[in-house]
Amino acid sequence: MTQTPVPKLTLRQKLDRFLDSDFVHSFKSTPTAVVSALVSLVLILAAIFAPWITPQNPFNPASLNLMDGLTAPMQPGMGSNRVFWLGADEQGRDVFSALLYGSRISLFVGFASTVFSAAVGVSLGLLAGYFGGKVDALIMRVADVQLSFPAILVALLVFGVARGLIPAQQQEQVSLWVMVVALGLANWAQYARTVRASTLVERQKDYVSAARIIGRAPGPIMGRHVLPNVAGPVLVIATINLALAILEEATLSFLGAGLPVTQPSLGTLIRFGQQQLFSGEWWILVFPAAMLVALALSINLLGDWLRDALDPKIK
Amino acid sequence: MPGYILRSLLQGIAVMLVVAALAFAMFRYVGDPIANMVGQEASQKDRQELAERLGLNDPVPVQFWRFIANAAQGDFGISFRQQRKVSDLLLERLPATMELALLSAIFATIAGTALGVYTAMRRDGFLSNLLMSLSLVGVSLPTFLIGIGLIYLFAVVLGWLPTFGRGTPTKIGWWTTGLLTLDGWKRLILPTLTLGFFQLTLIMRLVRSQMLEIMSTDYVRFARARGIPEQTIRYRHALKNALVPVVTIAGLQLGSVIAFAIVTETVFQWPGLGALFVNAVQFADVPVMAAYLMFVAFVFVIVNLIVDLTYVALDPRIALGEKRAR
Repeated sequence: MTQTPVPKLTLRQKLDRFLDSDFVHSFKSTPTAVVSALVSLVLILAAIFAPWITPQNPFNPASLNLMDGLTAPMQPGMGSNRVFWLGADEQGRDVFSALLYGSRISLFVGFASTVFSAAVGVSLGLLAGYFGGKVDALIMRVADVQLSFPAILVALLVFGVARGLIPAQQQEQVSLWVMVVALGLANWAQYARTVRASTLVERQKDYVSAARIIGRAPGPIMGRHVLPNVAGPVLVIATINLALAILEEATLSFLGAGLPVTQPSLGTLIRFGQQQLFSGEWWILVFPAAMLVALALSINLLGDWLRDALDPKIK
Repeated sequence: MPGYILRSLLQGIAVMLVVAALAFAMFRYVGDPIANMVGQEASQKDRQELAERLGLNDPVPVQFWRFIANAAQGDFGISFRQQRKVSDLLLERLPATMELALLSAIFATIAGTALGVYTAMRRDGFLSNLLMSLSLVGVSLPTFLIGIGLIYLFAVVLGWLPTFGRGTPTKIGWWTTGLLTLDGWKRLILPTLTLGFFQLTLIMRLVRSQMLEIMSTDYVRFARARGIPEQTIRYRHALKNALVPVVTIAGLQLGSVIAFAIVTETVFQWPGLGALFVNAVQFADVPVMAAYLMFVAFVFVIVNLIVDLTYVALDPRIALGEKRAR
């Protein structure tokens, strides 16, 4: 048997090496990180597998029984005689089911808009940092203006413009994507700034000059050589951004300028719950609100830990 | 020095122009202005005439110039939905938002500074730790949940305070105020707390870290060595210096105050600009959206200008050097 000069690691060895890294050790020795990772994992899995976990499909009117309306938590419904763990709303919708389906929508919008804003921000940041000059000045000026306006305001504006442009019949189908774009456009500037700053540093290094000398085009240099070296901070921003996007989506839906009533996210559920609060039916509000806070807080804490773990300098 | 002021002024004007271009593009291209003004049965000829009269057939730069000239005189056209002049709508809503924003800023600054000093002085006290953890939770709580929580506690459970609206404010000229009646004050309490909460946590953390830093500097140690009483050192020497960055940060935070005002006003059905804007967004009422955008940009530019000038007053080196300390 001949031996190759660089032994290729088996998957098993790679895994062992990863499990022995500083990164994993830091994770294990930070209780907050472990707990928040577990909580977010459970919540995300519950949202993904909602149709198999929940006792009913809350969006299917046929599965609702009006007699179950406003059942208190842990009580059997008047109509179906089934125990509602977290109660039911005035239409007999199981709050637990609505909660999981709602967090599904919230998480989808959060993830999709984070991916969108990261894609926009990272590309613009690479362009600005790599080419410099006028391109840089223009992109960074726009980012400055963008950053001084609050994200909610920008997202509301994008949403309003889309509402004016898209014909009324199609609005319900596309509103999920309008939301993704609105939140994405509201949050790209942070990525652009960070990526630009690290690209400026990387651009000076020898490996970039080498790639340029062998004749690679700017596009591949940015994508294949610079990008992997500036990806660390992007991951941190994306994690914190995910928590932020979920909260922003909830805020917009709460304001009634978000997803349609047929696709209630956590924010919409909270808006419905607020209307019932005065008559004492607290469970319609409290459980979606708790879910939202748990989701945002655990992802946020995870992001905080990630920042410290990837860059020990910032502390 | 004059060059520095001129530069920030020019920057402000540039920002206003960019925002105006955005507002104009919305105004002109989102939705059909003519369809919003005439009925379904209007003939093609009527539409043409109206387009001519409104100047929609003029070249775009001419229209843009007219838009800016009108906006500078406070004319933002007519709301699609309410069929009233946008400027009237804004003026009507302005006092409610201004009162709320100013009161919450005052509340946040005073309470935030007091709590910040307290937590810095009793670093390991039980109450300090409790306050610090509470502020951490407060940051992750969305504003609307804080508002709903306050409504539930003070209005539903305790029944002490009204939950929505401004009541009947007193009129002074075109300005309306809720500050002259007991009812007006009662109605202001919950929205002010809600809007001020985020600012409060921010200022508290800032004052705390500033105080901790300053209390370990040489001049504080010297002051102690000279036998100056601890109280005097804290409040005369340390706090004064700790407040400098607080003032500027609080000024630059205005953006988030406006954003949170949108949410707060919706939760409490407060008849301010934010609620007007949310309504406009829901119904794609473009003239109101455009005007609100211009208004927010204007407030931003003015506040940034004031902050820039404050910097110069605090630190004359900034005006001399090219770099602006952020």
